Amino acid sequence: MNTWLAIGLTILGCYAVKLAGLLVPAGALERPAVRRLAALLPVALLAALTAQQTFSDGHALVLDARAAGLGAAAVALVLRAPFLLVVAAAVVVTAGVRAIGG
Amino acid sequence: MAERQTVLAEAAAAAPQKQDAAVVRDALGVGVAVGLSGVAFGVTSAGSGLGLLQTCALSLLVFTGASQFALVGALAAGGNPFTAAAGAFFLGVRNAFYGLRLSQLLALPRAVRPFAAQWVIDETTAVTLAQPTRRAARIGFTVTGLSLYLLWNLTTLLGALGAKALGDTDAWGLDAAGPAVFLALLAPMLRTATERAVAGLAVLLGLGLLPVLPAGVPVLAAALAAPVALVAEGRRGGRTRRGAPDGTEEAR
Repeated sequence: MNTWLAIGLTILGCYAVKLAGLLVPAGALERPAVRRLAALLPVALLAALTAQQTFSDGHALVLDARAAGLGAAAVALVLRAPFLLVVAAAVVVTAGVRAIGG
Repeated sequence: MAERQTVLAEAAAAAPQKQDAAVVRDALGVGVAVGLSGVAFGVTSAGSGLGLLQTCALSLLVFTGASQFALVGALAAGGNPFTAAAGAFFLGVRNAFYGLRLSQLLALPRAVRPFAAQWVIDETTAVTLAQPTRRAARIGFTVTGLSLYLLWNLTTLLGALGAKALGDTDAWGLDAAGPAVFLALLAPMLRTATERAVAGLAVLLGLGLLPVLPAGVPVLAAALAAPVALVAEGRRGGRTRRGAPDGTEEAR
């Protein structure tokens, strides 16, 4: 029951914020500062998410096979590889490092 | 409006004119790659003790990967439903800012917005922002959203069903798919020194605050890197407009 409660709250909350972004009056967006901020926020969030999902385990900072995987993804990006190849490089290298490391 | 059209015209002239087919191909590339990673969510969710219906309900109705992973992780760790949902919600707040940006680019009719809202996520935003024209942006948003939604839900189901057969998903390196996706979305955004400064500061904040703040909050705190960099940028290049609240983007 608690699980369904958590799921229900998450569904409502996540949909509400998605919709809110689309419904903000257009006039509020004409200010250059707001436009610039809206462009920079995804940069900050994606950078933080990348770092956290690579270097953390719960609340602890860790350095493990995922770092090698992300490195491979970065190399693939520099080489202008297609999206699927970038993700595949990360997955394969991470799995490979784990397999070698036991 | 005139300014926006000029910008679009310049972008269209500067870059080679993107054909609709090219936009569809790029959008499908993202939609398929990320959509397939739904299997990682299905497996993780099932492994966290959620039922098939619960796992599929999350992908169908929450449909924002980071929040879904955060929720099942928190529930698996024994967090109470309110804390678990709060963490997922905080992660989802970024979608409001994506929507803010997308509503300018897509100019959707009001009646369509409640339906389009469900597709306002990292990947659709990144694809849409990369398009030079409104037509391309709309195609990119729709194709990415549709392909990703269908595949993400299908692979979530398969992942949940196949969780036992697959065993330890980490051994398959599937936990590296998420950050690789985020990095691939981020890379093209790092055009100027300001963007790179924002990213660097966000990484420091996101990692530095991780051990001390509740799950989901460090990412929101890292978002503060954007206004901080904006203020710094305004001071550096502000000239006489330094005091003006809107004077941050004049150089563009």
